[in-house]
Amino acid sequence: MKPFRYERADDVASAVATVTDDPRAAFLAGGTNLVDLMKMEVATPGVLVDVRHLVSHDIEDLPDGGLRIGAGVSNSMVAADRRIRRLYPMLSQAILAGASYQLRNLATAGGNFLQRTRCVYYRDIATPCNKREPGSGCSARGGHERDLAILGASEACAATHPSDMAVAMAAVDAVVHTQGPAGERTIPVNELLRLPGDEPWRDNVLERGELITAVDLPPLAVAANSRYRKVRDRASYAFALVSVAAAVEVADGLVRDVRLALGGVAHKPWRAFTAEQALLGAPATEENFHAAAEAELAGARPLPGNAFKVPLAANTIVSMLRALTEEAR
Amino acid sequence: MTVTSAGPSAVGAALDRKDGPLKVRGAATYAGEWPVDNPAYLYPLQATIAAGRITGVDASAALDLPGVLGVITHVNAPKLAWATDPEVAVLQSDEVAWRGQIVGAVVAETLETARHAAGLVRLAYEQRPHDTELRADRHDLHRPQHAALFGAAPGDLQDGSPADSALGDVDAGLAEAAFTLDATYTTPMNHHNPMEPHTGIAVWTDDEITLYCSSQGVHLHRSLLAGAFGVDAARIRAISPHVGGGFGSKVYPVVWGTLALMGAQLVPGRPVKFALTRQQMFALVGYRPATIQRVRLGADSDGRLTAIAHDVIQQTARAKEYAEQTVGATRAMYAAPNRSTTTRVAALDVPVPTIMRGPGEATGMFALESAMDEMASAAGLDPIEFRIRNEPAVHPEHGLPFSTRNLVACLREGARRFGWEGRDPAPLSRRENDWLVGTGVASSIYPSPRLPGNSASIHADADGRYTVRIGAADIGTGTWTALTQIAAEALGVGVEDVNLEIGDTSLPVASSAGFSSGINCWGSTIYAAADELRKLLDSEHGGMVPAEGIEASADMPDNPYMEQFAMYSFGAQFAEVRVHEDTGEIRVPRLLGVFDAGRIINPKTARSQLIGGMTQGLSMALHEASVIDPRFGHVVNNDLGGYHFASNADVGSVEVHYLEERDPYTNPMGSKGIGEVCIVGTAAAIANAVHHATGVRVRDLPITLDKLIV
Ligand SMILES: Cc1cc2nc3c(=O)[nH]c(=O)nc-3n(C[C@H](O)[C@H](O)[C@H](O)COP(=O)(O)OP(=O)(O)OC[C@H]3O[C@@H](n4cnc5c(N)ncnc54)[C@H](O)[C@@H]3O)c2cc1C
Repeated sequence: MKPFRYERADDVASAVATVTDDPRAAFLAGGTNLVDLMKMEVATPGVLVDVRHLVSHDIEDLPDGGLRIGAGVSNSMVAADRRIRRLYPMLSQAILAGASYQLRNLATAGGNFLQRTRCVYYRDIATPCNKREPGSGCSARGGHERDLAILGASEACAATHPSDMAVAMAAVDAVVHTQGPAGERTIPVNELLRLPGDEPWRDNVLERGELITAVDLPPLAVAANSRYRKVRDRASYAFALVSVAAAVEVADGLVRDVRLALGGVAHKPWRAFTAEQALLGAPATEENFHAAAEAELAGARPLPGNAFKVPLAANTIVSMLRALTEEAR
Repeated sequence: MTVTSAGPSAVGAALDRKDGPLKVRGAATYAGEWPVDNPAYLYPLQATIAAGRITGVDASAALDLPGVLGVITHVNAPKLAWATDPEVAVLQSDEVAWRGQIVGAVVAETLETARHAAGLVRLAYEQRPHDTELRADRHDLHRPQHAALFGAAPGDLQDGSPADSALGDVDAGLAEAAFTLDATYTTPMNHHNPMEPHTGIAVWTDDEITLYCSSQGVHLHRSLLAGAFGVDAARIRAISPHVGGGFGSKVYPVVWGTLALMGAQLVPGRPVKFALTRQQMFALVGYRPATIQRVRLGADSDGRLTAIAHDVIQQTARAKEYAEQTVGATRAMYAAPNRSTTTRVAALDVPVPTIMRGPGEATGMFALESAMDEMASAAGLDPIEFRIRNEPAVHPEHGLPFSTRNLVACLREGARRFGWEGRDPAPLSRRENDWLVGTGVASSIYPSPRLPGNSASIHADADGRYTVRIGAADIGTGTWTALTQIAAEALGVGVEDVNLEIGDTSLPVASSAGFSSGINCWGSTIYAAADELRKLLDSEHGGMVPAEGIEASADMPDNPYMEQFAMYSFGAQFAEVRVHEDTGEIRVPRLLGVFDAGRIINPKTARSQLIGGMTQGLSMALHEASVIDPRFGHVVNNDLGGYHFASNADVGSVEVHYLEERDPYTNPMGSKGIGEVCIVGTAAAIANAVHHATGVRVRDLPITLDKLIV
């Protein structure tokens, strides 16, 4: 672990200025990911700028019926919020499926989106990794492949994004608010996180010094009938092999609205637009669920060590759609 | 005050742990917590190649860092008197024998400085090709030798038994059989992860050398370290009253102690603190070696075994040969006229394996008890009935009678309690919602051996209090409580009159907590000391404790029955398993074990041991696997996020029962070993239940969902 300085900025603008100007500075929220990486010298910031007290700690109602989650709200508080449990149950379930009580009490939405991959080679400075050390090569391919991506990977990187929360956020089309050197902007979650391409060291589209200040959940009727299912190597306290956030609305036997996103399969939460398109307006039948899942996974490029994720993802999608539509009947 | 023999028995009472209140209040002192003045901190450096040598060391940046007290590498490390054992010696040459081996250490004013400085030391290497892959078709498999007690005693396997055994003619037995099975089972490396990492605080002065540590046996650790440093053992005091788990990892590997002492030599008189990180443990504290096991069984049309053959290939380290008795249980379990066992090892460029709860038996019985289940199906017999038909009258290899053997009673009692009767043996016969449900059974066995080197003293006060001293260990097992009960029984007094002292080399010598032998050895020795005390009182003091008090001591007496009887604990384990039809997820809502472990000293601490062992067995069945990346040569899932063991949510109901029978031959208490029999068989019971639920026979541990998903 390298020595570092800890700072508490007085306002968002000065926090943004510090991190913008100093390439060795980083924002600190709950610290549950960043501090771990610092101990392993995977991350070596010289200055930590604590931002937790600078951003909102509230979940506010928005005029359009949506909700705004301040970047200072703990993951635990988001999961426990009555409105979120009623209007977006999959989001609450996704958060509760992740980490542990203690970690969720510290973790924040911004930090959760920006947590780094759990790929074992990324986390070990004694092995090459393009994400950690651009151009050094990818150790994961041909190595421990169980946790790697089956969709959207590149030659340079097959890491997965580890978050559960972000999968549900992707499914509800959440939007983050940021404040950066160039001012404020909003970014849909589905565009915030990116695929590795040949720049796997870039997990997201944020500029240096750009701070996430809040996340908006848009009003979304279908989200009230939603669920999050996480399949993992033990019953608790493990990252997803495959996870599915699903919301469906069925009327007269037809799918009226649907949202599907997958975790554990790609470098970002994988919004299953292809499957959604196949399902919209179609009869809510087992065959159609299968066909939609298969269409989504047609582009999967599994590795020998994670080929099981393809049938697992398909089965889990179908299983979720079946459960949600059975309940609706 | 008079000492009478065998008074109202304290043994058998479900006493609360004596150390419980201390632990609950956080007042039990663990190795890293001893209050010491002005400690320095040590942080190790680990090799980043798996084979080769160090060609250069540049410690200048580290040494320039304020607060750094010294950097130790092979270049400047003290030369040890005994430098050949890689589980003890460090920094004695430029050779690197595995990735993650200790190649240096920094001592500094703070832990943070030591850790930072460690990252600044630059090592240059000359790398040799390495080889870390265990495969059955390797050409360099060899019969292990002199592994017993790590080369200190003869014997092929670490329990002193031969690598191979044979009786009759296996080929003929298989040829005449009505049913045969030939199947290969594999088990992966499993790594030690006790909650408390290996920790030492060392102080080196001209007269005394003190090591606060986390030890399964302070006397063994002292003698290993005294030998390494070439100092008189009496100069070293090792102190370890409370241990946050050991499971075998705190018996032999002691490089953490060597490093702490080297650090202490660097700053004489000043305490040096050193605790391994979780990641470092994966290269330095040992593991259960991976195995490839071929089992062949033959049975006649009545389901009587005609042949049993068990051929094991397992990994060992090139740095030091370790070979465990994976075939040991097979030699004792079932009757068959034709039988053979073999053990071969492959020496790889990996860290040194070590004993881990049920070393050999746990992996061997996964294979044998899975095979027995497969054979029962093939022969159309209930798996319990099949086992009962093959129950031997005497030890099937050497012919000695068993001191006690209640395996059949365990199976029957377990079947009754579990609700085995009426079970539809067909796979895929039960489905509840989206879950396939199955049940399975397996037997458990573990020897009740003794380890040499035990002595105890008892001091009696005139006011009726007894101080019992022995350097035994409580690694969370309940030794503090159980030995107090045994001493009370041996002295014929109440437990409240006994003051026990353990976990310190200033006490009489004791063997380590291992091989489920602790209570057997330490309890027998305390019994002998109580006899001595009684004799002394009777012969010289008319049975009365004199005003100034009196002390007697004794060594562990020989047990002549050990040559006349085969001594083992037994058990039967039952599992209910659910497998999700869509995802292949596996849940174990219910485990039930019935054990024959002789007389139970304390039903409460015994229950914790048995539940703990079965839980660890569940973890072995479903979760635990260290993944070596052969390109780099190290375990890549080297933290608790990547190396999974059972979480609370994975463990459903675990029920344990004992058949209370006093063993007349094992020791004066009538007890048998309890700490390891409980992990033996669990994995097979679960694998058998998975097969019953799904029709899929998983022969490669761990049983993960990818092996079940279609
Ligand atoms: C043992 C363990 C198990 C876990 N299991 C799971 C799991 O199963 N599922 C799961 O989803 N997660 C899991 N996690 C991860 C956990 O959810 C994340 O560590 C947590 O969400 C990170 O949030 P934080 O506030 O602590 O972030 P920090 O560690 O403080 O920050 C993480 C990153 O985000 C940046 N950052 C933080 N806040 C902002 C902001 N407002 N704007 C811009 N940048 C910011 C930081 O600079 C840093 O780069 C686990 C973590 C651990 C340690």
